[in-house]
Amino acid sequence: MNGIVNSLGGTNTSVAPGTPRIVSSRFDEPQGHTLEGYRSTGSYRGYEGLRAVLDMGPDEAGEMVKEATLLGRGGAGFPAGVKWGFCPPGVWPRYIVVNGDESEPGTYKDRVLMERDPHQLIEGCLIAAYAIGAAQVFLYVRGEMAHAQERVAAALNEAYEANLVGRNILGTDFSVDIVLTWGAGAYIVGEETALIESLEGHRGMPRLKPPFFPAAKGLYMRPTVVNNVETLSNLPWMANHGVSEYRAIGTENSPGTRLIALSGHVNSPGVFEVPQGTTTFRDLFESPEFGGGIRDGHELKMFIPGGASAPWFFAEHVDLPLEAKVVGPEGSMLGSGAVVVMDETTDAVRACLRIVRFFARESCGKCTPCREGTTWEEQILTRLLEGHGRPGDLELLLDVADNISPGPYPVASDPQNSLEAVPYPPRQTTICPLGPSSVAPITSAIRRFRSEFTDKITRRPSIPVGSETPAPATAATAGEVGHG
Amino acid sequence: MAEETPKPVELTDPVEITVDGETVVAQGGDLLIDACERAGTYIPRFCYHPRMRPVGMCRMCLVEVDTGRGPALQPSCMLPVTEGMTVDTRSDTVAKVQDGVLEFLLANHPLDCPVCDKGGECPLQDQTYAYGPGESRYVEEKRHYEKPIAISETVYLDRERCILCDRCTRFADEVAGDPLIHFIDRGSSTQVNTFPDEPFSSYFSGNTVQICPVGALTAKPYRFKARPWDLTEVESTCTRCSVGCRITIESSQDQILRFQGVDSDAVNWGWMCDKGRFGFEAMNSENRLLAPMMRGEDGELTEVRWSDALSGVTSELRRALDGRGPSSVALIGGSRSTNEGAEAWARLAKSVIGTDNCDAQLGDGLPAEAALGLPGLTIDEVCAPGSTVLWMGPDPLETLPVLQIRLRHAVLNDGVRIVEVGPARTGLRSLVAARVPAAPGRLADVVGGLLGGDVADEFAQASEILRSAGDDLRVVVGRANLAESPDTVLAAVGAVRSALPAARFLVALGRGNVRGALEAGLAPGLLPGGIPLSSGELPQGWESIPAEEGHDTTGILSAAAAGRIDVLVLLGADPLTDFPDRSLARRALAAARCVVAVTPLLDASAAGAHIVLPAAGFGEVDGTTTNLEGRVTPVSAKVTIPGTARADRSIAGALASRLGATDSWDSPEDLPGAAESATDGDGPASGPDGDLLVGIDRELPIPSVGDLEVPPTDAYSLRLVVARKLYDRGTMLVESPSSAALAPGSVALLNPADAAPLGVEEGSRIRLISASGSISIPTVPDESVPKGSVLVHHDLEGADPRELVDISDVVCDVRVEVA
Repeated sequence: MNGIVNSLGGTNTSVAPGTPRIVSSRFDEPQGHTLEGYRSTGSYRGYEGLRAVLDMGPDEAGEMVKEATLLGRGGAGFPAGVKWGFCPPGVWPRYIVVNGDESEPGTYKDRVLMERDPHQLIEGCLIAAYAIGAAQVFLYVRGEMAHAQERVAAALNEAYEANLVGRNILGTDFSVDIVLTWGAGAYIVGEETALIESLEGHRGMPRLKPPFFPAAKGLYMRPTVVNNVETLSNLPWMANHGVSEYRAIGTENSPGTRLIALSGHVNSPGVFEVPQGTTTFRDLFESPEFGGGIRDGHELKMFIPGGASAPWFFAEHVDLPLEAKVVGPEGSMLGSGAVVVMDETTDAVRACLRIVRFFARESCGKCTPCREGTTWEEQILTRLLEGHGRPGDLELLLDVADNISPGPYPVASDPQNSLEAVPYPPRQTTICPLGPSSVAPITSAIRRFRSEFTDKITRRPSIPVGSETPAPATAATAGEVGHG
Repeated sequence: MAEETPKPVELTDPVEITVDGETVVAQGGDLLIDACERAGTYIPRFCYHPRMRPVGMCRMCLVEVDTGRGPALQPSCMLPVTEGMTVDTRSDTVAKVQDGVLEFLLANHPLDCPVCDKGGECPLQDQTYAYGPGESRYVEEKRHYEKPIAISETVYLDRERCILCDRCTRFADEVAGDPLIHFIDRGSSTQVNTFPDEPFSSYFSGNTVQICPVGALTAKPYRFKARPWDLTEVESTCTRCSVGCRITIESSQDQILRFQGVDSDAVNWGWMCDKGRFGFEAMNSENRLLAPMMRGEDGELTEVRWSDALSGVTSELRRALDGRGPSSVALIGGSRSTNEGAEAWARLAKSVIGTDNCDAQLGDGLPAEAALGLPGLTIDEVCAPGSTVLWMGPDPLETLPVLQIRLRHAVLNDGVRIVEVGPARTGLRSLVAARVPAAPGRLADVVGGLLGGDVADEFAQASEILRSAGDDLRVVVGRANLAESPDTVLAAVGAVRSALPAARFLVALGRGNVRGALEAGLAPGLLPGGIPLSSGELPQGWESIPAEEGHDTTGILSAAAAGRIDVLVLLGADPLTDFPDRSLARRALAAARCVVAVTPLLDASAAGAHIVLPAAGFGEVDGTTTNLEGRVTPVSAKVTIPGTARADRSIAGALASRLGATDSWDSPEDLPGAAESATDGDGPASGPDGDLLVGIDRELPIPSVGDLEVPPTDAYSLRLVVARKLYDRGTMLVESPSSAALAPGSVALLNPADAAPLGVEEGSRIRLISASGSISIPTVPDESVPKGSVLVHHDLEGADPRELVDISDVVCDVRVEVA
């Protein structure tokens, strides 16, 4: 395979032949993470883009990003240039927060970006800070990513020494500091307002929007732009090559490329840079540059197109392009660029439990429906798998889900069973989408594989489940029904 | 359960909204949940509390709101009202969501209701009946925690019952400023707890019990004592300090079982301190005095009949009057009483006996003319948005705790700036915009310098803040140091007034109804209503007024010690414990021919009295009380007076009639309370905020202090500062089982720079020696104590700083030796 093996274990990286590498051009360079390597390798010369932006002035820099329609790569896909424009004019100081708390199951592109090309991210931060007029940049790296933390910290030290960060950058009157912060190990902190709470030293719990839109009331109640690592990593290339060259890649609505983290039952999982909107899921799974086909001798059962919180897709969806505006109406989302492939050996109920359990464990505990509901869902699924399912459990499961995320649920279309797609995102009774995220796998799985669920109730198989599961309901506790 | 109603709002920006089809005018920007409640539509909630920032956690208050883009589920506790908003609080979607939230909350909530203190007044219970599912579909095992755990001396936490609404944790962090409880873990294992080995030791912990929407937090003094439906309640006012928090007194079977805070917008916003909240325990003490006692021939106090006791007092009074005349009789105290009780004692003393030797303060306050006669301020005015406050008073956290809560809110939310000037750092700590130390005796110089702009560079900012306020400067004044003459405070008041003639003051006196007692005439030289004795006016219903001006407590005790007082009446006052100069108090009580103590509990002074008359306590007498602002509010009788104890008014009346007064003193109508007739409203019972006294802006001539002779400091001495702690060994606290253990031990706090040359470190014992006495005490080096001073707290277990104080000195210098 045409990738390299890093110190944390193999991660394939690749592009399709002929595609320019925007963010991954140094992934295979052994010294790409150093300042020297950043300046001498890759698809552009490091920190030249910054110099160009400093010459053009902040307004033009902002205009460049707007014109390029640089879509956010964190999950929501909102244009970064528009987001920057939400900062109320004349309100200072304002901050940039870089969301490096990548923790959606299946997503690991930002980790690779930080490990293999940290200077690219730093330069991206500087360009953004200059365009927005930010007083400070806060770079928040997920707590568990030790290697990424080391690489980013080392790169930042190099950059400070080379007068690329700090006071009077490159001899101009532009000064900005970049502050590194490590997370403490909570998925929810990937949500921007929870990340801001965490940065302020509080327990990571999301804030309600409105009123706490970061652009208006963000970090320390100041205007704050929160951008994803990959989003900012696009900026140096863009500043070097110009907007028209950037827009020439991908589609009109979704220009440029994006990193896809492919995992699951494919022959060669990895992080791949693909042009937005033109590559299809089939290319991703089957092309030898990418997945190299479904695991030997097996066939696709389902796949998650955009991270664990996305509703599932099935075989009939593989020819859809990786384009948010297409995937959305089909009932799912591209989200954070994590594609998880499952073949026919996968038990849909167990897969569902695996994802639900993740959300139950990671619920921050703030909103009642998410805190109590996700755990309840996990308990019901565990019970089904352990052979303690009851008639009516599926209706109960769906109704608990409905109380977290009032239906109709976003689901993938299934023409054979004449099921229409319901677009994402769902309605929610919670502040953030974590709780509703647990609903997507449940509704997807029950609608498509209902018989697998009912079999577990009627046939009572006994499939052992992981050791974390709570004790099954006993006769004594099962009698504790009703609140009178 | 105390009501939690939306806090008052002024309609300055009226907007029209539609609530369930009806058009309603609301204040723009008001929270939707409050606007709906004001309009008569209650939206269920658990986490929202009108006096705390909304968090939108429980999701119970979700309603469908349409602002033009179709109905969407929104938490009404976090949504400001805007013009044209359409709200549906009862749609099918809303009903389903509310049903769902309740089912989620109940999933893991134990069915303890039959044995839970909250059962019967439980918002979770009530709302489940109103909005919830009939039964649960949850068949899994509920989560389990150790039940309950003590998170402080008085509060228990049952995490199984907790619904994680963030009320207690927000209160601790946001309102009390004691962020000692927080969420730990996450998901459905999220729980509230303290930090390891750090109890929730907050002076305000009891409020968390009151605002808990389930029975997760319970208070030790109330646990398992009653069911809510057995309780009856009456509104009253707490008189443990002079803030005058509005409360309900709740009792069952003629026993007071708890106090709950009532939301008075002008005073306490529903909060209380723990000393006040759990203070009812003292009234239930088995040591309550139930019958009069007289010292028999064996020298022991023995119970007697009331008629014998009253005859005893009367004959002593007659003997004194016949002998050296009225001025040989003196009364100390009365701040424990109601306004009406104080009025009765003042009338007995001044009209019937004819002595002006009356003082409701114990040498720890300011002259009555200053307490009543400075242009006044209310708490609201001190805390008004944008105001600048000069704090030259005692520690609000330790002496007026709920005022501290109000100040904290004012500083953090309303841009109020406080400049603290005093001998030691107070509980305001980081809330102050600037702190300027003033060594004992130097307050006037420091304040004068700050207002005149004549200060060292490090205090330039403090000076600038004060000077920028101009005449609008709001001054809080009181006794920060009991080892320093009140003249030093008066001099500082003079310095403020000469720089800013229009400055106004809030006089921070500590004792419960001290303001009311002074207003009633329990002050030398004053008649009821603050009228000077020298005016010669005869108060309504009085027969005469004293011929000559009397003494304050210091003067009375000095006279007694010199053998010039024959009958000394202590009205719930305990000079042996509370008077700053212990030696003088001891000598005075020993020398008085007859000491009469009128008190509900046998305090140290009463234990040595000749005649003890049992008085009714708090919650046993109807009447009014006056807080430090001059706000008159009702106090209510809830339970029967124990034994044969009697109300102050009844005792004073009985003595008056035995002394030959002809009027009847028995019914309240015969005793128009000075306060009651002087308020501007419809009487003191008009609403939770009570009424301010008319004439709050009266000005009385403040005693002039001339040039204070502050002795120069010498290199061998430290200047003593004696301040109060909330929990000390006061009789009421000792008799409250849940509070008694909270008083810390006595230590001497001194600046590390003063400690170092002595070679002492934390815990080393030192000896403090003054001209009056010496004490041995452990040391604690503390940066916050200015160099050259030593801080010892009043009346704690261990060494007693009052042994060192001579009340006639301006300051108290002590020599320090390593013990």
